[in-house]
Amino acid sequence: MTDDTARTGRAAVLDRWRRSPMLLRHLAAALAAFLGIVLLTSVTDPFTNLRIATIGYHLVAVAGLALLIGVSGQISLGHGAFMFIGAYTMALLVIHVPGSPLWANLLLAIAASCAAGVAVGAATARLHGPYLAGATLILAVGLPAVALRYPEALGGSNGLTFSVAGTPPALSDTVPDPRWQSWVVWLAVLLALVVVANVSRGRLGRRLRAVRDDEAAAALSGLRPGRLRTVAFVISAGCGGLAGALQAYLLGTATPSSFGLALSLSLLAAVVLGGLGSLWGALWGALALVYVEVWGHDAAEALGLSDHVANNLPIALFGAALIAIVLLWPSGVQGGLARLGAAVRTRRIGPGGRPD
Amino acid sequence: MRKAPPLVAVLAAAALLTASCTGAGEVAEGDAASLDVSTGVTDDSVRLGTHMPLTGPAAPGYSQISVGARAVFDYVNAQGGVHGRQIEYLVEDDGYDPVRTVEVVNELVLQDEIFAMVGGLGTPTHARVIDFLNEQGVPDLFVSSGALMWNQPDTHPLTFGYQVDYTREAKIQGQYVAENFPDASVGVFFQNDDVGTDTQAGLEQYLGEQIVVREPYESGNTDIGPQVSALEEAGAEVVICECIPTYMALLILESQAIGYEPQFVASSIGADTVTLNGLLQEFADADGGTADDMLDGLIATGYLPQATAADDPWLELYTQIYEEYVPEEQPFTNTLLYGMVQATQTSMALMAAGPDLTRQSLVDALHSGEFNGPGLVPFSTAEGEHSGFQGAYVTQYHAGGRSEILQEPRVTDRETGPIEEFDFSRPTPDEVVFYGG
Amino acid sequence: MEQLAELVLNGVSSGAVYAALALSLMIIYQATRVVNFAQPGLALIAAYTAFSVTRATGSYWLGFVLALVVGGALGVLAERLLIRPVQRRSELSAIIVTLGLLMLLQGVAGMVWSNEPHSFPYPLDFRGRFSATDAFAVAAVGVTALGLLLLFRYTPLGLRMRAAAFRPEVARMVGVRVGLMLTVGWGIASVIGALAGMLAVPPFIFPNVLDGVFVYGITAAVIGGLDNPFGAVLGGFTLGIGLSLVSGYLGPELVTLAALVIVVVVLSLRPDGLFTRPRARQV
Repeated sequence: MTDDTARTGRAAVLDRWRRSPMLLRHLAAALAAFLGIVLLTSVTDPFTNLRIATIGYHLVAVAGLALLIGVSGQISLGHGAFMFIGAYTMALLVIHVPGSPLWANLLLAIAASCAAGVAVGAATARLHGPYLAGATLILAVGLPAVALRYPEALGGSNGLTFSVAGTPPALSDTVPDPRWQSWVVWLAVLLALVVVANVSRGRLGRRLRAVRDDEAAAALSGLRPGRLRTVAFVISAGCGGLAGALQAYLLGTATPSSFGLALSLSLLAAVVLGGLGSLWGALWGALALVYVEVWGHDAAEALGLSDHVANNLPIALFGAALIAIVLLWPSGVQGGLARLGAAVRTRRIGPGGRPD
Repeated sequence: MRKAPPLVAVLAAAALLTASCTGAGEVAEGDAASLDVSTGVTDDSVRLGTHMPLTGPAAPGYSQISVGARAVFDYVNAQGGVHGRQIEYLVEDDGYDPVRTVEVVNELVLQDEIFAMVGGLGTPTHARVIDFLNEQGVPDLFVSSGALMWNQPDTHPLTFGYQVDYTREAKIQGQYVAENFPDASVGVFFQNDDVGTDTQAGLEQYLGEQIVVREPYESGNTDIGPQVSALEEAGAEVVICECIPTYMALLILESQAIGYEPQFVASSIGADTVTLNGLLQEFADADGGTADDMLDGLIATGYLPQATAADDPWLELYTQIYEEYVPEEQPFTNTLLYGMVQATQTSMALMAAGPDLTRQSLVDALHSGEFNGPGLVPFSTAEGEHSGFQGAYVTQYHAGGRSEILQEPRVTDRETGPIEEFDFSRPTPDEVVFYGG
Repeated sequence: MEQLAELVLNGVSSGAVYAALALSLMIIYQATRVVNFAQPGLALIAAYTAFSVTRATGSYWLGFVLALVVGGALGVLAERLLIRPVQRRSELSAIIVTLGLLMLLQGVAGMVWSNEPHSFPYPLDFRGRFSATDAFAVAAVGVTALGLLLLFRYTPLGLRMRAAAFRPEVARMVGVRVGLMLTVGWGIASVIGALAGMLAVPPFIFPNVLDGVFVYGITAAVIGGLDNPFGAVLGGFTLGIGLSLVSGYLGPELVTLAALVIVVVVLSLRPDGLFTRPRARQV
């Protein structure tokens, strides 16, 4: 193969890639990402596998919320509530219907939180600004109390504990449980992200943006803003439900205190930290959720700080990082990286060069 | 070749999809992990780990336990360690959130490779990791919770309880109240989780008819005004408080506020008079008395010596350790003592396991040895009985820091068995081996 | 009947605290269109200051005054350093900055004063069905609300603040120093927030002590409407009494759920809160 044909070959592939249907493109990207995860988990130890899986379910929650905020312009301070619904659906199914396969459990968890999303979305579609913030905030605090109301069925404040099937017997000698679990989590997450990406780039996304940017104009052109907002809320609720269900699957626990205000607020923080408008932003946000805590802890240990300081370092760091990012990089880590990348490319190619 | 990587991914995905058709709740029995290993042990060190709430709403109070434990381990290390091994004690913060407990315990076991878990705290939190610890073959010593589930040697052979379980302690409280306040109306103020249900199962056996009112509190909601009003209105003359120190203090304050003065009976988890004194120090009672006066007359059950007790050989040792190894701002409380005793008994078990330390030798030592000493009631780690402390004594606090024993230690079971006195000679620190070669 | 009266009185005293927080949120919202999530953090530092001062000097009221001063100063600093740069950006940026500030302040409080609870005195005697402390709380909130009403309606400063918040361009043209007005708004709100903290913290102080109160404060503000001081105050008392009745008659485990139900009912009937005067919705 000569250089020339190789180049035209690559161009043709790129061209075909751009013209292929969006869904196929996203699926192919998801497949590639999944391959990356399989490779990554195969060269890392079981504990890191678990952390990779943890990043996965945080990612889908953050991506769903980012869709709501970025594309439809609504703010939810209560997305932890949907994770709560997803986790408890998964827990109840595993405990009471042990024969139900995992994919069915995940779909049911998504369905349950979507149903809740319809109710909440319809109720909040008329709200704006602080009223929407306040209503979703109290949702995050109030809903987990359902578990306290029905201690027999939902385990009260101690929650539910259960075991989930790990690696299938045929593979159990070669694939340790955490690795298998991280594959399951990431497969589900990536499929959900395909849906999110398609919504965001597709017709629905364009309509949602139209409503976000100018509600009156959108209504004039025949769109129904209330209904569209609810749809966006439902999709992002479904993502939250999936995240909760995956968390329950991974950790074998569902407890009201895990889904408190802190979770909802850190999801929101992660969205902004990572940057709205791209799934990469959601990934940076999810990474921050998992790693700022770890680094804070390690830093405190390395510095030999006193207990009081060491214990509180992670939360203080997270807060400071949040402020710094919003002040310095208004479009989040992803926006900052994109700007850096663009600057580097312009320098290399020179002004006028096509940065591609 | 360029086609191959996606193919792998497709195959893995397909395998996942097929596999996910089996029931998610159908868990296959795995093989038990081998215990003849010395993970986390070197010639001169042994690594232990624990999970505790160090931040968040549950941190107040509990974060002292690991401070006490660390002080004793530091003392043991300064005396040469256990069989020449220095004890390395890793404390991970889980914020009392089970999700984080699972994460940090995974970190301790898989990444830090601890030899054993010691004193993991909390019912909702530790319940999530006992399966994992037992599967991984990690000895799970002296869980910091009074739930009944730590004593299940058949299903969780590596998990050992520590504090007297809630039901046993409540039976002893119930019997004491029934015998000494036979005509009193009794109210119960309880934490709305397993503490509440397990303790009521015990109280019920002795107080059945006498209980006229039961009021729960929800951890995190500090407005207990409505509950205290209800206790008063029902005419409860004795109020049994199955709660943590913060809520014991709130109960005392709120009762003071409405001029309600029942006889309070507290359980070991809430009757930390030094902590209570600290919490109440800014307040005075109706006659202008101090916080200490508000605590005067408080009846409580316990299984460890009170931090304020005099003439106790173990407390002399612990006071000495406290002065040397505990940061100054930390007062000497029952909670701190709790961690100290836990660490002492852990060191005793490590000594008993012998110089060739494996997980099996530790479990064997626990099964065959006796670990009495600091506690005032017998402690069981026997093969079919992993319950830890077996009973409780009844004490009354008098202003000025003096505690009076009202009823000598008694033991019982967690079912409906009788409450019995027992013969128990408690060894002094000199008679117990918890460090050395 | 007796129980009902007790529960209502109990609700009034916690309602006063919610009302004070709701007031502080309302002013900041009125001044800068921002929901200030850092409010519990600012109030927490203020209350810890009072704690240290009271322990050192033995004087509760010296601590009280210093808490209000520190609270106000922190509010002014937060507005100048953190909110001003993101003011012209989206609503979300400001929320996130205040959220970050909350985490930072709670972390710092834990580092300095530890996570252990400390005893924290009431302003006055706490004994009695409706104690001197309860009366103090209700009176403080009433006076504050009245003062705010007078300030916004009848004083030049109040008018300028409203103008700066609602029509900054017009205000600037007629010579109002818009930036200064916004800072003043944050200062006043943070003083009230510190007052709310001083009322809410006793009997114990620890870094998370104001979390729950804050949630109810926002709830109260949303129920009452963020339009005028009386909406916030009535929202606070409505919520306080409502939750006390739920806790007494139905059980404490239902309190947060009840708050959710109240919000859903109120907002589905009146999306701008109970006591907001009907007017054209602003975008």
